[in-house]
Amino acid sequence: MSTGSVIDIGFWQLASAYVFIGLLLFIVRARGINREKEIIIASVRMTIQLVLVGYLLAYVFENNHPLWTIIMLAIMVTFAIFNIYKRVRVPLTLRVKRIIAFAMASGTLFSLVYFLLVVLRVYPWYDSRYFIPIAGMIIGNSMTGIALGVNHLVEGIHKQWATIEGSLMLGATPQMAVKDIVNDAFDSALLPTINSMVGMGIVFLPGMMTGQILSGVSPVTAIQYQIAIMLGIVGSVALTVILFVHYGYQAYFNSRAQLVEVTESA
Amino acid sequence: MFRLEKVRYKHILNIEKLEIPERKVVCVFGESGAGKTTLLRLLNHLISSDSGQIFMYNEDITQLDPIQLRRRVVMLPQTPIVFASSIKANLLAAIEFSQKTVPTDEVMQDVLSFVKLAKDLTTQAQKLSGGEKQRMALARVLLLEPDVLLLDEPSAALDEETENIVISKIVEYVKQKNRSLVMVTHSKKVVSDYADYTIELEQGRVKRAGVTACLLEA
Repeated sequence: MSTGSVIDIGFWQLASAYVFIGLLLFIVRARGINREKEIIIASVRMTIQLVLVGYLLAYVFENNHPLWTIIMLAIMVTFAIFNIYKRVRVPLTLRVKRIIAFAMASGTLFSLVYFLLVVLRVYPWYDSRYFIPIAGMIIGNSMTGIALGVNHLVEGIHKQWATIEGSLMLGATPQMAVKDIVNDAFDSALLPTINSMVGMGIVFLPGMMTGQILSGVSPVTAIQYQIAIMLGIVGSVALTVILFVHYGYQAYFNSRAQLVEVTESA
Repeated sequence: MFRLEKVRYKHILNIEKLEIPERKVVCVFGESGAGKTTLLRLLNHLISSDSGQIFMYNEDITQLDPIQLRRRVVMLPQTPIVFASSIKANLLAAIEFSQKTVPTDEVMQDVLSFVKLAKDLTTQAQKLSGGEKQRMALARVLLLEPDVLLLDEPSAALDEETENIVISKIVEYVKQKNRSLVMVTHSKKVVSDYADYTIELEQGRVKRAGVTACLLEA
């Protein structure tokens, strides 16, 4: 039943966990909440996706090669970028989409390289056992941050259109005219990450730390990793969001410093 | 000062030729939808024409630095922007935008008195009435001392008495300081009382333009 200090979950044990889904389905049916289809689809998707990723990671870990690591990284970044496009509530133009892709790719890559090579000093650099999970955490959190930043920036510009134009009329540069909106977008994007730092260890135990403890790692080592990764996440979110807001607002101005409604389809 | 040649903007404005003289009080007059505000926005270079050229002192404005141009040719919109802070912060915002020297509190209070706004600098701007906000915005523009003032119905939110006082004060300022004023108005009285030069727009075209006295006689 157990391998070393880790309890190995057998097929029937795992299957028994689906009782919770059964419970959820019973509740929604009993209360007449029309959500059964989504719950079943979500459960099936989660299961299939994780089984596939489990076997994929097992293969990649066993065949440790820089090419596999780079391919996995490219897939994760691409998926994150398209996920941002889907999660943003406002219509995005091609130019804004390109800025999102640039900010995501460069911001996360820089943070990841620094984290793996300077903080953790992983050797070889492409060691997929470190590279992939850490890349997942950094990219995932940056994705959430930048999606919030995009929503706040684009909505802010549209809501405060008259204020921006009024500022330009008085001689403001585009940078001056949108300063508050850009700052607000940056702040809103960073806030959930900062809040999660505040509650960490007291309100909840973060996933990576829990996983390490469950797999038998000393809690002291686990917190060292957790502190390091949390700092890496903060840095990556800050970097990707500042890159986006800095270049993102410029998409709404032309070369004559005029605020323009970008209507090109994407 | 400004010369417009074959200027078209969407279906709103279609001006074959128009001259706007400098150091004069110029009133732009016409019905709603005649293109008056669009004309001011073009002069402030907040928008660009689809075709044609606009010259300022014989220089095509597309060749001028747009920010420097707007610092010389400042526009006050019909609904001015009001930041959620004190009157002083609102006045200083414009100074910061145009990167001018920060004036003393005394100078700012004087400008408020000039536009007949008897309020303290610490008063919260959002608590002001519509007319008071308009006058604060006007004070903000005057503080910038631009070469050209573009005012879009500056008296729209004012009662008749205050309108007379405020417009006469603006005109007094422009004459004293030897500046140029281009003012959109609906009021024929404002045109007859103050305008040196009048431009009448009708459905985006210049119906009449010339020295006000001559136009009124015609």
